[in-house]
Amino acid sequence: MIHSLFLINHSGDIFLEKHWKSVISRSVCDYFFEAKEKAAEPENVAPVLQTPHHYLITIYRGKLFFLSVVQTEAPPLFVIEFLHRVADIFQDYFGECSESVIKDNVVTVYELLEEMLDNGFPLATESNVLKEMIRPPTILRSVVNTLTGTWSNVGDTLPTGQLSNIPWRRAGVKYTNNEAYFDVIEEIDAIVDKSGTTVCAEIQGVIEACVRLTGMPDLTLSFMNPRLLDDVSFHPCVRFKRWESERALSFIPPDGNFTLMNYHVSSQNLVALPVYVKQSISFFDSGPCGRLDITVGPKQTMGKTVEALMVTIHMPKAVLSANLTATQGSYTYDLATKVLVWDIGKLNPQKLPNLKGSLSLQAGAPKPEDNPSLNIDLKIQQMAISGLKVSRLEMFGEKYKPFKGVKYLTKAGKFQVRT
Amino acid sequence: MDVGFCLRSEAAGAMRTALMSAENLQLTLKAEPSQEERALTHTKRGPEETHKAGNEDLKEMLESNKESLKLEAMKRVVGLIAKGKNASELFPAVVKNVASKNIELKKLVYVYLVRYAEEQQDLALLSISTFQRALKEPNQFIRASALRVLSSIRVPIIVPIMMLAIKEAAADMSPYVRKTSAHAIQKLYSLDPDQKEQLIEVIEKLLKDKSTLVAGSVVVAFEEVCPDRIDLIHKNYRKLCNLLVDVEEWGQVVIISMLTRYARTQFTSPWKEGASFEENNEKAFYASDSEEKSERTEAEAYVMDPDHRLLLRNTKPLLQSRNTAVVMSVAQLYWHLAPRHEVNLVTKSLVRLLRSHREVQYIVLQNIATMSIQRKGMFEPYMKSFYVRSTDATHIKTLKLEILTNLANEANISTILREFQTYVKSQDKAFAAATIQAIGRCATNISEVTDTCLNGLVLLLSNRDETVVAESVVVIKKLLQTQPTQHSEIIKHMAKLFDNITVSMARASILWLMGEYCDRVPKIAPDVLRKMAKSFTAEEDIVKLQTVNLAAKLYLTNSKQTKLLTQYILNLGKYDQSYDIRDRTRFIRQLIVPNEKSGALNKYARRILLAPKPAPVLESAFKDRDRYQLGTLSHSLNSKASGYQELSDWPAVAPDQSVRNVEVVEPVRARSSQRFSLSGPASSSESEEQSSEESDKTSSDSGKSSSGSEETSSGSDSQQKKKKKTKKAPQKKSKTAAASRCYLFLRGKMVADVYSRASFQVTAPSFGPVKTYELLHHMTGKGLSAKYHFPRQPCLHQPGMVAVQVTLSNGSDRSLEEIHVGDRSPASLNIHCFNTIERLEPEASVTVSMGIDFSDSTQAANFQLCTKEDGFSVSIQPAVGELLMPSSLSEQDFSREQGKLLGMNETSATVAMATANASSQAVKQRVLSVANVGEVPSGAPSISRRDVPPGPLVMKTLSSVLTTGSCRPSPRAPFIRDDGKRSRAET
Repeated sequence: MIHSLFLINHSGDIFLEKHWKSVISRSVCDYFFEAKEKAAEPENVAPVLQTPHHYLITIYRGKLFFLSVVQTEAPPLFVIEFLHRVADIFQDYFGECSESVIKDNVVTVYELLEEMLDNGFPLATESNVLKEMIRPPTILRSVVNTLTGTWSNVGDTLPTGQLSNIPWRRAGVKYTNNEAYFDVIEEIDAIVDKSGTTVCAEIQGVIEACVRLTGMPDLTLSFMNPRLLDDVSFHPCVRFKRWESERALSFIPPDGNFTLMNYHVSSQNLVALPVYVKQSISFFDSGPCGRLDITVGPKQTMGKTVEALMVTIHMPKAVLSANLTATQGSYTYDLATKVLVWDIGKLNPQKLPNLKGSLSLQAGAPKPEDNPSLNIDLKIQQMAISGLKVSRLEMFGEKYKPFKGVKYLTKAGKFQVRT
Repeated sequence: MDVGFCLRSEAAGAMRTALMSAENLQLTLKAEPSQEERALTHTKRGPEETHKAGNEDLKEMLESNKESLKLEAMKRVVGLIAKGKNASELFPAVVKNVASKNIELKKLVYVYLVRYAEEQQDLALLSISTFQRALKEPNQFIRASALRVLSSIRVPIIVPIMMLAIKEAAADMSPYVRKTSAHAIQKLYSLDPDQKEQLIEVIEKLLKDKSTLVAGSVVVAFEEVCPDRIDLIHKNYRKLCNLLVDVEEWGQVVIISMLTRYARTQFTSPWKEGASFEENNEKAFYASDSEEKSERTEAEAYVMDPDHRLLLRNTKPLLQSRNTAVVMSVAQLYWHLAPRHEVNLVTKSLVRLLRSHREVQYIVLQNIATMSIQRKGMFEPYMKSFYVRSTDATHIKTLKLEILTNLANEANISTILREFQTYVKSQDKAFAAATIQAIGRCATNISEVTDTCLNGLVLLLSNRDETVVAESVVVIKKLLQTQPTQHSEIIKHMAKLFDNITVSMARASILWLMGEYCDRVPKIAPDVLRKMAKSFTAEEDIVKLQTVNLAAKLYLTNSKQTKLLTQYILNLGKYDQSYDIRDRTRFIRQLIVPNEKSGALNKYARRILLAPKPAPVLESAFKDRDRYQLGTLSHSLNSKASGYQELSDWPAVAPDQSVRNVEVVEPVRARSSQRFSLSGPASSSESEEQSSEESDKTSSDSGKSSSGSEETSSGSDSQQKKKKKTKKAPQKKSKTAAASRCYLFLRGKMVADVYSRASFQVTAPSFGPVKTYELLHHMTGKGLSAKYHFPRQPCLHQPGMVAVQVTLSNGSDRSLEEIHVGDRSPASLNIHCFNTIERLEPEASVTVSMGIDFSDSTQAANFQLCTKEDGFSVSIQPAVGELLMPSSLSEQDFSREQGKLLGMNETSATVAMATANASSQAVKQRVLSVANVGEVPSGAPSISRRDVPPGPLVMKTLSSVLTTGSCRPSPRAPFIRDDGKRSRAET
């Protein structure tokens, strides 16, 4: 299915290529570069491109393009999902997915790519299976490697996960401290219009888990109010039948960090936005200037403090500079990208933060037609905005008592205020 | 921790090697500039010489004795490959290391080999033997990776070797190796398409595999090699459906899309009912989620094939997969296969995918766009999920816009238009332009809002942005065409704007409007023409064409005012640079200006140019995309990608359903129903055991016969059923039967097959010494003694049984009465008892025959031998050799069958024999004494008669014993002990 992979950096250099079938010349990427030229932003390049003999499917992640070449019909999502999985694995192995890191670990990267696909079809994409075959680089090992050069970071046995029907977990896991942590993270996606009314608002959540348990534990996680969950998707480890019948998550967890489930809170529940924004941005016809006044205040925070509050505005091209004063936090205006960022920090309900001042426009340029919209970022610790609560976590199959913990966090997802 | 330990233990070594690696470092340093050089020379395609010199040090390192140096060198070579630089001249140096003990080094060599073998075919052959050896390794991982690399070397000369390796691996015990062989099939096929027939046989075999690991990969191979051989799927259809949830996610995607195609050829359409009926169903559907009910509602009109339902039911849970490709493939399956009212099931999951990565959104939105044209209702409740955010990428925005437009109806149009108003103001001008077009589409589709939209668009004409204005003009033009009567005001307004608009498309549109409706703006139109005459030469082609057009139309309607102007413009056009314009000018002149040459057309000029024109229909760009299967590359590109498999139309009459019947479906079904729940808190060690057990079982199954499940069911009815079925589908079956059954012929139970297929005849047993065993001693039996032997005849009672002859004798002084067989253990033991012997006089003896089904194992059959007064427990333990049944084969057949039994089915050993025993007769005797086998007549005199005939036979027996999984006492053991001379058991 997947014929070749090219990794291309932001400036258009191909810095890694891998072929799973016969070699395809890298000139095939020229079609992509052509499309990239046309698109103003790298995000705007169409993910699927057609060339006379090949099809190019690209993802853009972490300022890198993962370009795969496909020769025959193949589900595009299949390829896209796989490419993202590759990027995830790189992230998992090297801590980040960037050009320099990939270049530094080119041999490991190559070994990984070799194991992940056979003849273009995914072979092993589970992180823990791969880690048994190819050990991730650690500082200690790299020291040993440079000293002796003999340390092999390749395993010679078939990972246990590969054969069992629970490929996500390897056998013989041992920990001295047995712990299982679950983070319930919810994101609010909302669009608020000029007058402050909510156009649409949704909550989606994810449960991230970090499980370090010895042996083969069998966990059951149940909720106080599972009815809230409207639509869910699970890590393959979750038994769907149990969910359907009992609305509880029953699973043998992978070892380490993983995403247990994604969910969407039913849209019947009205979403209470934690903050409101009062804004006025106006440009004057008379002179090359404009005025900006933004105030953020708490709305429904259920007694918790709003933290890491940040307002990002993509200004129209004509805005040259901003001369503003913030009563709290600091602001920056990037002249090149025309992005105004106001980093507020903690929201103090007694003294509402305000950003006020004037914007100067390019002389001679027409007054911008439209006002830019504001993107809000925030965090609320110890609260899931939907009200979802984990009731308990039980463990079967192992004797010891694990340490358990659940953390809640609410974040702003795509929270946009139109002006 | 580990590492720390190792460090300490290796500390001494490390110190020593540190010095050495310092040397390495120097080497690397030295190498660095040369590598750079190479990079330069490569980009410039410099002469060979320079980089040869550059790689000299690498070559040296590769040829050194030090493992670490080699590894270091290989790492750098792989670095070169990764960068796309040429490292092919190192091939000889690299290939030497293919047999290295160091796993990492070996793997890197593999990487290199796969990359360059195609270019250096002759040298690549040097490595083949290493792989062949590795294919026989006990470590499954090594076997698999050897096969992976061997099959990835694209050297045509090794095609036969690859073929053999694939066949062997397809029968391997390890499912992982079998999976690899499925991948290798595609590689071989792309290397040599002539192997298709043989590969299809392997695919057929692997399709029957019950391991979830193999299922996905073999379906990929199937799709690549023989997607049209739908008949191979029939028998595996239910199995695939049932295994689906447990298959790894990537396999799920291909299996689902293959099954979609399959279902479209095998089932009848569930869509036959009309729209009114649909609503009924919808209610029923919402009332209860159970399929039974909705099925009942449909019952009058249409009954869904249970297999069709099975597919829908088993794919549904996969909508909750974390893999977006899986969700999409289930969605397309429902779209193409499910009854209309059930398609809504997938909506929520598709909308969920919109929160994934940008590229995922793009594909999903494309598919939703196609779906939303046909079924607005599906996505209408989720309309808000398609609202555009300023941070979306442009292609995402346009797709969302497309969907919103598709969803627009009388009820929601005001909301949508309000939303559009904000989009029009977007900074992304391409998007704003697309929004204007969308507004135009809404206006034509929903007549209630046409006026509102038109007014809104006219307001946009005063927008400061040129693209917005231009797009508005174009859209207004289209809208006016639909209802021009009352809109002369708008046309006038546009004429006023004309001077300020510079976008050619918009200018052309205004000119066209003027011309078309010149009777409504009789004063303005000539003036516009006057202005155009002035600027004609500076205009774009499209504007020039429309100017000529306008001139012609005005000339016809208002020639008094515009005659001169028209002539002036036609003259300008005559000498224009573009031949399109010259052409058009010439044509128009002939058409409108009457002269002697112009002929009849002139009369009709008015009717030609001023004919009422149909209004353009504003349609979605996704209108015709539904000809492609959703979720495919072709759908995404809106053009047929190579290798795209058309989705066939539903057949009018469903093909025979019974082709999918497999006798024993129950255990599979039962298991799978538990499986997705993964059987609750079953400890994983258990489940692993289970899986390994399963894999054992499957491997033995696949080795044993084509349809293992059939065989395991014993009893006469299954036997009968089987016969019935063979009658039903004789053509298809017979081939597979012949192919796969022939090596079962030795087994007691399989005798039945042999009889029914008649492809191999069971022969009369070769005569050998008959060994008699004691069953009951007369001391313990209170006078009754019993002896038994195996007559080596096919059992008359039931083909699956082994015939046993029991000689009962009465050693006491009184007669024994009612001798019969009593309780047996295990209870399931199937024994055909002899008829009760009413009376056995003293000193008399009687021989009776029994049939015992040993279930192909050497487990003892325990039963009670009863007289009127007493019962004695006795047991019969068969020797392996007695479970066999000889069959006659020609030598050719034999060697063909032997070829199929390679790999794990094969055990070869060297036997030392004494010279005295080395004659063929002696060997034969000994073999026959332990096993009930037949002799294959050997026609070739050159082959030494001494070893050949019995040798392979023993091997044969061994292999078939192994295939059925009971390999306890090898009949060869005594054989080996007796003899003293060397002879190869394998020919």
